[in-house]
Amino acid sequence: MTKLVQYPSGAYVLERDAYSTPVLETYHLGIDFGGLSAVNNFNIIVGPTEISGLIGPNGAGKTTVFNLLTKVYQPSKGTILVNGHDTSKMSTVDVNKAGVARTFQNIRLFDKMSVIDNVKVAMNNSMNYNPLHAIFRTPKYYKEEKRIHQKALELLDIFNMSDLAETTAGSLPYGAQRRLEIIRALATKPLLLLLDEPAAGMNPNETKELMETIRGIRDKFNIAIILIEHDMSLVMNICEGIAVLNYGRIIAKGTPKDIQNNPVVIEAYLGKPDQED
Amino acid sequence: MEKTIRKIFDKKHISRTISYLVVIGGFVAVQLLMNTVGIKSLFRSLLVPTCCYIVAALSLNLVVGVSGELSLGHAGFMSVGAFTGIIICGVLEPYLALNWLRLLIAIILGGVAAAIVGLLISIPVLKLQGDYLAIVTLAFCQIIKSLLNNIYLGIDSNGLHFSFIENRVSLIPGGKMLLSGPMGATATTRLATFTAGFLLILLSLLIIYNLTYSRYGRTIMAARDNRIAAESVGIHIRNTKMLAFVISACLAGMSGALFGLNYSTLQPAKFDFNLSILILVYVVLGGLGNITGTIIATLILYALPELLRGLQDYRMLIYSIILIVIMLITNNRKLKDKTDALIADIKARLPKKGSAAHD
Ligand SMILES: Nc1ncnc2c1ncn2[C@@H]1O[C@H](COP(=O)(O)OP(=O)(O)O)[C@@H](O)[C@H]1O
Ligand SMILES: [Mg+2]
Repeated sequence: MTKLVQYPSGAYVLERDAYSTPVLETYHLGIDFGGLSAVNNFNIIVGPTEISGLIGPNGAGKTTVFNLLTKVYQPSKGTILVNGHDTSKMSTVDVNKAGVARTFQNIRLFDKMSVIDNVKVAMNNSMNYNPLHAIFRTPKYYKEEKRIHQKALELLDIFNMSDLAETTAGSLPYGAQRRLEIIRALATKPLLLLLDEPAAGMNPNETKELMETIRGIRDKFNIAIILIEHDMSLVMNICEGIAVLNYGRIIAKGTPKDIQNNPVVIEAYLGKPDQED
Repeated sequence: MEKTIRKIFDKKHISRTISYLVVIGGFVAVQLLMNTVGIKSLFRSLLVPTCCYIVAALSLNLVVGVSGELSLGHAGFMSVGAFTGIIICGVLEPYLALNWLRLLIAIILGGVAAAIVGLLISIPVLKLQGDYLAIVTLAFCQIIKSLLNNIYLGIDSNGLHFSFIENRVSLIPGGKMLLSGPMGATATTRLATFTAGFLLILLSLLIIYNLTYSRYGRTIMAARDNRIAAESVGIHIRNTKMLAFVISACLAGMSGALFGLNYSTLQPAKFDFNLSILILVYVVLGGLGNITGTIIATLILYALPELLRGLQDYRMLIYSIILIVIMLITNNRKLKDKTDALIADIKARLPKKGSAAHD
């Protein structure tokens, strides 16, 4: 199935990604919260079409890694390269423009806005008119608004949500909210999509559907995805590379098979059972 | 044609239609009254200030309601607009006989001046998160008042004469003082008209609604509702909030210019902290982000006590009580849930129109 090959740097990537620039590289990435190190010496390389998983017990630092990658937190140490560009001087906004989009463990939609407006906000940077066009309703305003409306509808349609376009985002059922968050992230045209526990709170059927959706996104949009997830079957099924985090450190990396049989991983999970939050 | 009409009355735009109807209806009603039975001079004298306060409240709503930032110095922008307008009109008077044109230029430049000041304030402040904007705008309002309290400016055939802190302006005969320190403007030609006020309200509505239903409205509301999520999809929070703040300042400046040109004398102290709070009360009471509500709240809270002269002394007291009650209700979970439930209950009893599409 998946075959890993070695980059010149020594890191392993999928064979099909071997000759392209990695979409994400981190070197010695770390952050301390008041002397306590939440993430330490975090090194990964993700190829441009890879679905990779980031797993580990609660409190291991997975969400913190996403917050570092998107610059919600400033790293205390280390380097992050997005598509080969150093992000050390970038803000959250810049990192998004460089190609990283994400969802949140605790859903963060624009609750009071409609579903389609949530998507349109994310398409804002591809729009092309200034405040005067808006105030005086010039032809350019109408043309651009129509274009973006069409694009947003198309995107919603891919995920069977175009019927809900005018619904208030906050009133959607839980599963649909998670889906909308993914759509909104995709609307920014990312190279790398970060999904923080997308299956949390879903029933087995919804989870299965989500699995197909995630694979579909990679195939359709040709992007890389990093997935934080507790559902082992989901991770083992769709991820091509997995990193296991414990106490802020990577304790194992490899293909799903490697991870499944790794005694260190088994110990980390059994030794400290999951406390649901 | 049919499409346009449907658009005006569809659910998404109905509140906008109501706002315009309220404003236009009010204007027509007053005009009719004036031309038939006539109206009392007290009532007549309230027309222009009411328009000014409505515009000021609408513009503040853009910052506090739509953008979600607390500003406590809105009167400062009115002040900048007012005295800019007064000076411009004083300077132009010998050269430009058309009253309405002088008024128009004064209002535009009053707005521009306030917008520039708003931009200068917002650049450093909106970098910070939290209530800094409230503190800085509060200070700004005080500073503008103190500055104007010390400016002496006169004009005669030799041009403008200026002095600071002490009045050392001496004018040749035929000249006139435009600003006299704490006395402010003392000999303004009154140019403001009710029609100008009405048009200014329409302009504000146009700007605010068109901006709200555009990419800018979406980003402003997204930045308010969830800052981190907005940044994660590439929305620059500071630029977004700055746009709302500057446009708000501009409209407040315009309303100030109209206000200033409605009186022959105007002191800088008129635009103090109290006035900022009054306008804030109109906005909070009208409902944050609710345009029609803001207009109606201003009408009721400003015009009514003025008309019922006896109540005037208690105005600040009544306002404070109303404000406290509103805050108690909105910050109290139980009370809020109960009010929401009550509203939902009433809505459920109303006959349903159309299909409940997505529930
Ligand atoms: N802003 C913060 N300040 C202090 N500690 C934090 C902060 N964010 C995360 N942490 C700590 O970092 C650790 C990892 O948290 P998190 O990344 O959310 O774990 P996970 O997503 O793997 O469950 C936890 O111990 C958490 O308390
Ligand atoms: Mg987490």
